[in-house]
Amino acid sequence: MVAAGIDVGAETVKVVLLNGEKVVGSSIVRGGLDRSKSADEAMDEALKSAGLSRGDVERTVATGIGRKEVEFATAVATEIAADARGVTVLFPSVRTIIDVGAEEARGIKTDGTGQVTDFAKNEKCAAGVGSFVGSMARALEIQLEDMGPLSLESDKEIPMNVTCVVFAESEVVSLIHAKVPKPDIARAIHGAIATRTTSMVRRVGIEKEVVFIGGVAKNPGVVESLKRHLGVDFLIPEEPQMVGAIGAAMIAATAN
Amino acid sequence: MLANYGYSDGSGTYYITLDTDKCNGCGDCVTACPQQMFLVEPDDYDDDKVVIKEAMRKDVKYLCAPCKPTAGPRELPCEATCAPGAIVHSW
Amino acid sequence: MAEQKPEFWRWHEYTWRDEGKNWKDYEMITAGVDIGSVSSKAAVMVDGELYSYSLYRTGSSSPDSAHKAMQGCLEGTGMTIDDIKFIVGTGYGRVNVPFAHKTVTEIACHARGANSMNAGVRTILDMGGQDCKAILCDERGKVQQFLMNDKCAAGTGRGMEVVSDLLSVPIGDIGPLSLGVNREPPPVSSTCVVFAKTEAVGLLREGFDVAEVLAAYCAAMAHRVVTLIQRVGVQKEFAITGGISKNSGVVKRIEKELGVEAVEIAPDAQLAGAIGAANFAKDLLAKQMARAGG
Repeated sequence: MVAAGIDVGAETVKVVLLNGEKVVGSSIVRGGLDRSKSADEAMDEALKSAGLSRGDVERTVATGIGRKEVEFATAVATEIAADARGVTVLFPSVRTIIDVGAEEARGIKTDGTGQVTDFAKNEKCAAGVGSFVGSMARALEIQLEDMGPLSLESDKEIPMNVTCVVFAESEVVSLIHAKVPKPDIARAIHGAIATRTTSMVRRVGIEKEVVFIGGVAKNPGVVESLKRHLGVDFLIPEEPQMVGAIGAAMIAATAN
Repeated sequence: MLANYGYSDGSGTYYITLDTDKCNGCGDCVTACPQQMFLVEPDDYDDDKVVIKEAMRKDVKYLCAPCKPTAGPRELPCEATCAPGAIVHSW
Repeated sequence: MAEQKPEFWRWHEYTWRDEGKNWKDYEMITAGVDIGSVSSKAAVMVDGELYSYSLYRTGSSSPDSAHKAMQGCLEGTGMTIDDIKFIVGTGYGRVNVPFAHKTVTEIACHARGANSMNAGVRTILDMGGQDCKAILCDERGKVQQFLMNDKCAAGTGRGMEVVSDLLSVPIGDIGPLSLGVNREPPPVSSTCVVFAKTEAVGLLREGFDVAEVLAAYCAAMAHRVVTLIQRVGVQKEFAITGGISKNSGVVKRIEKELGVEAVEIAPDAQLAGAIGAANFAKDLLAKQMARAGG
């Protein structure tokens, strides 16, 4: 049977199709304002990549902030449950999950069977989540994907007021006016996210192995900063933003 | 004067209240705080009073975290060392 | 390649002078300069009476903004900066007022200023560009308690500017528009301005019009500062200072939620910090003169 997991995030929609335990198709699309439409698009794209049609999918579990807007879902799962399940499939030895997405960040403790034992979230403040890096990239007038590599060119710690995205935008503009090199600014921005993330994860406690997932884990600047702040090494899956969808698909595959 | 330093944001309310009428300017808190957050300086009315360093006011939740274990009793060095009892944490 | 886009957030800059006074007739000429994160204000006092003031947008350099604000008070008067006997700097950029004789925190200055503009004032809510403060003062304007939130743009003028830009509504129109609605959507639930933007776009999609979305945002902002001010408590009279005091949509909703009406503080509530600073300057000058004379 084919089971689907769909993760409707604040910025992107991810779909994973499983046949048994094997991934047979996947997709990632930018979410529009109409979440249910974006969900349809992502599903169709994943089906196309697998050469399947809607009728082949037996069960679909939806997760993510827009999970309730997926009309074709047969069940929903919280992001935390989906993350824990997905990580357990990929890395059974992991006990601590750090997930930083576009508008939400989570620290999750899991027992190795996919069960969640504790978690902490940041869903109320954009400083400390992915949309912060996006806003800052716009203020710096560079592409989002260049932020990470650019920040790695810097070895300077510059002081910056990074408690609020709105204030940080004006601060970045004045730093540019003051001729502060862009790599140094980018590094300070990533350092700010890493500080917030570290303190969030410390609330649940850091137990090895640690994994870093979510779209922000693709940014090498944040990864480097987080390593410095956290003081422990961590794993990163090849497709860190797909873990929630994989977990949702696993939940769908094993549901009765 | 009750000076509240800190902030409230989506995650909660974090204020350290310094009662400058009680504060005698002794500076014991300055040495007690492992994060060195306190400073004794002349206030707007020219009395030596304790303040939280300006650069640290927006980070109290994070800076104070090591002194605040999630479980078990807490003993905050700043509150404990202040003889006149001028320091109070809101969280 | 700067994009040409109307600046909806831009507010009115101006200067004022008391034409009926000749500053040369007075002895104690003092000034207060309040360099905020968004606006720069200066006020000149002669023997404790207001003589001139100015209100400008803060530029990228605080010292330049300070000069500009001060110059606005002096223009056309024949007065030079050297004629001012004592200048107090205040506000976020107070350490960058090159010609100030002393700096005083904006908390003390706002309390002093609002209290001098209306003697009954005991509670001041200062809603500035990048922060929000609740202050209790005594009958002489001395601070009894204060609480400040400057961590986050929610509840600040900067946050309002972001909304004005997002919805393409001139900032001065937000208040009246938000009060003219027949139905109010639920207040935006996000504390964070960035997330509130996403929410505002969602409300528009659901069919709420711009005025209703503004109402939702003003209500959220009012609620947020009310929770702040309730931590210090409200004693009468209650005054609102800072840029947001000019937004009736937020002010009316704060009054409604608190159950207390805000008193008017003339001539301009945005000047409370600068006027307070000029008052401090007058006291400090008197002290200096007493020492020199005695």
